[in-house]
Amino acid sequence: MASKNSSSGLTDTIWKFFASIQLTIVLLLSLAATSIVGTLIPQNAQPGEYLKAFGDFFFRFFQALNIFDMYHSWWFQLLLLMLVLNIVVCSIDRITANRKTLLVRHPKFKPARFKNAKTHKDISIGHPPEKIKQACQHLWRRKFTHTQMTETEDGFRLFGEKGRWTRFGVYVVHLSVVVLLLGGMIGSIFGFEGFVNLAPGDSADRIRLRNSNQSLPLGFTVRCDDFNVSFYESGAPKEFRSSLAIIEDGKTVVEKDIIVNDPLRYRGISFYQASYGQLPPKGAELSFTSKASGMSYQREAVIGETITLPENLGGFTLKAFNNSATFRGQNIGEAFIGVLSADGKQDQEVILPLRFPSFDKMRGGDVQIAVTDPLLNYYTGLEVSRDPGVWVVYSGFILMILGCFITFFMSHQQFCLEVVRGTAESQVRVIGLANKNRLAIPKKIDRMAADLMRLTPEEK
Amino acid sequence: MNSSSLLSYVTYIYGLAGFLYIFAWVFKSPASGKIATWVALAGLAGNTAGIVLRWIESYRMGIGHAPLSNLYESLVFFAGVITLIYLIVERRYGNRVIGAFTMPLAFLALAYASLPIVSGGVQSLVPALPGVHDRIEPLIPALKSNWLIAHVITCFIGYGAFAIAFGVSAMYLIKQFGAGSRSGLLTRLPDVSALDELNHQLIMFGFLFLTAGIITGAVWANSAWGRYWGWDPKETWSLITWFIYATLLHARMMRGWRGSRIAFLSIGGFVAVLFTYFGVNLLPGLHSYQ
Repeated sequence: MASKNSSSGLTDTIWKFFASIQLTIVLLLSLAATSIVGTLIPQNAQPGEYLKAFGDFFFRFFQALNIFDMYHSWWFQLLLLMLVLNIVVCSIDRITANRKTLLVRHPKFKPARFKNAKTHKDISIGHPPEKIKQACQHLWRRKFTHTQMTETEDGFRLFGEKGRWTRFGVYVVHLSVVVLLLGGMIGSIFGFEGFVNLAPGDSADRIRLRNSNQSLPLGFTVRCDDFNVSFYESGAPKEFRSSLAIIEDGKTVVEKDIIVNDPLRYRGISFYQASYGQLPPKGAELSFTSKASGMSYQREAVIGETITLPENLGGFTLKAFNNSATFRGQNIGEAFIGVLSADGKQDQEVILPLRFPSFDKMRGGDVQIAVTDPLLNYYTGLEVSRDPGVWVVYSGFILMILGCFITFFMSHQQFCLEVVRGTAESQVRVIGLANKNRLAIPKKIDRMAADLMRLTPEEK
Repeated sequence: MNSSSLLSYVTYIYGLAGFLYIFAWVFKSPASGKIATWVALAGLAGNTAGIVLRWIESYRMGIGHAPLSNLYESLVFFAGVITLIYLIVERRYGNRVIGAFTMPLAFLALAYASLPIVSGGVQSLVPALPGVHDRIEPLIPALKSNWLIAHVITCFIGYGAFAIAFGVSAMYLIKQFGAGSRSGLLTRLPDVSALDELNHQLIMFGFLFLTAGIITGAVWANSAWGRYWGWDPKETWSLITWFIYATLLHARMMRGWRGSRIAFLSIGGFVAVLFTYFGVNLLPGLHSYQ
């Protein structure tokens, strides 16, 4: 018996702990304060960078606290879990405590509740109570979801209420937070975030995961048919466009051009235009200008293949592309390297930097070579993700907006109309109560009084 | 006249309105208060015209987009929202002293955007503030989205309401801590419970829009980057702001906090708003203004 008592005592203590609003305030402020840390220290960078920035001691200290991935650390997740428990327990606690106000099908009105209300207005109507009774009832039925008529000694009392359901608004907000975190959890358990880089013409049936760097099979093949990047005059990017195709069982099932903000979705997996990069070019459009004749010849050169030049100028082989070529110890940036071989002469290395088109003039050879178009080769960087929790999260979003609106701007309103016989007319008092936004009540009472003044008595 | 020069005139109009509201409060001059309202209205009309004109100009340049895409454009919109919400508050509560505390904020926002001397000055005082330029620029791929308008408008309506709540909280604290002093300046401030209630109303309104702003941002991020939440510094700071105001609402509604404590929380919330808006540019992330 004693143990049962103490265990129920413990549950009680735990329940009370999680039902407290102080805990809510502490948790919200702790989440706010700790969240700052992760915005000051860049998250998920390379360990080496942290070591350089913080030194050995603080690096170890921060690492022990998971500061470098703090939003996924055990202690941050614990704070979130406690917030969820707090929200759930508080809500259950308050709904059970207020169930008599919240869960009533046919609300009963107590005249005493209206006795001391400060928000009321007195008017007189030029007809006796029995003549306006029915019209008042009609008006009240039109305005309220529940009404109740009580006869009194010298008149009647009419109650009306609406918006009792709006008392649930705050629980809708609470539910939305739980739904959001649930959606986030579904995403992190059943979803993935990865990426794949594709050059035009390439395809992939596996992608690389972002966090673990493991590769994951897609279950189908994605092919990049084309990739284009365009820039504004200012040099700012204008559009990145990848033409993608999804191939399943050897058949192309979907084809779509994706740009930023317009992904391709297939079988729950989304492909986003995330980045792009340059691949070493496979060749270039070159011009060969003969010193002897002054003639220029355009040729497309492919790396590794030899072109035979006209006018017996020999052969030219494009050997390689170098991202940062050097010439006499100077960095000259991106350049093609080729070899010129003419009969009876030694092979000559030719450097063709993209930045300096007439660079080869300096060599003073029989033929001057220049790059007219460096057939640059871009690859597209695709973010590939699957998040089955996203619709749960979006439902949470809708619930949260609705819940906030209901909680902040709607209220449970109760109005009481007291009508007593005056000398040749009715003395009428309109009383209004609301659980929130009470400042709006006097205006509503005024409007109701105006409606009452316009009532026409029924003829009998 | 182009939109930039129109908006720099509006800066002076807002400055004049702020001055007149302060004058009306300090020298107990209802006449200048009434003029201040008309001046503020004229400023709002000019501000709106400036935004519309800029929108048209961007189409004439062949890069048409809503003028809500960079720091300059957001400051212009922010100034307009502050003025609009203030004027609604003035009409509903019939008190012009609030204008002495809120119109200067609209003036500062627009001055930071459009007066080179002031923005230079502000930056020399607070070097951390990002620089502003008024060029109309084409949208980068990430900003080409229908969510841009919804996201920026909801966020800045929220920020605008919080800015006025900040002004009202400052008034509350001045009135509260100057209590006992017979200075007419203090007696002409609205009564503390009215200020407390107004603060609360503004924060509920701002909170709804901040929530909507974070949500529209999340939906947009999901279509642009493939995730609705990534703990990017701007996202995180908007959430920190949300936590602070959520704390305030719970403390007030459930624990019955009133007055100074709520006013301090409201000021703290607005500091978080400002950091979300400007400070995050100092931190690494996807959201920083160009």
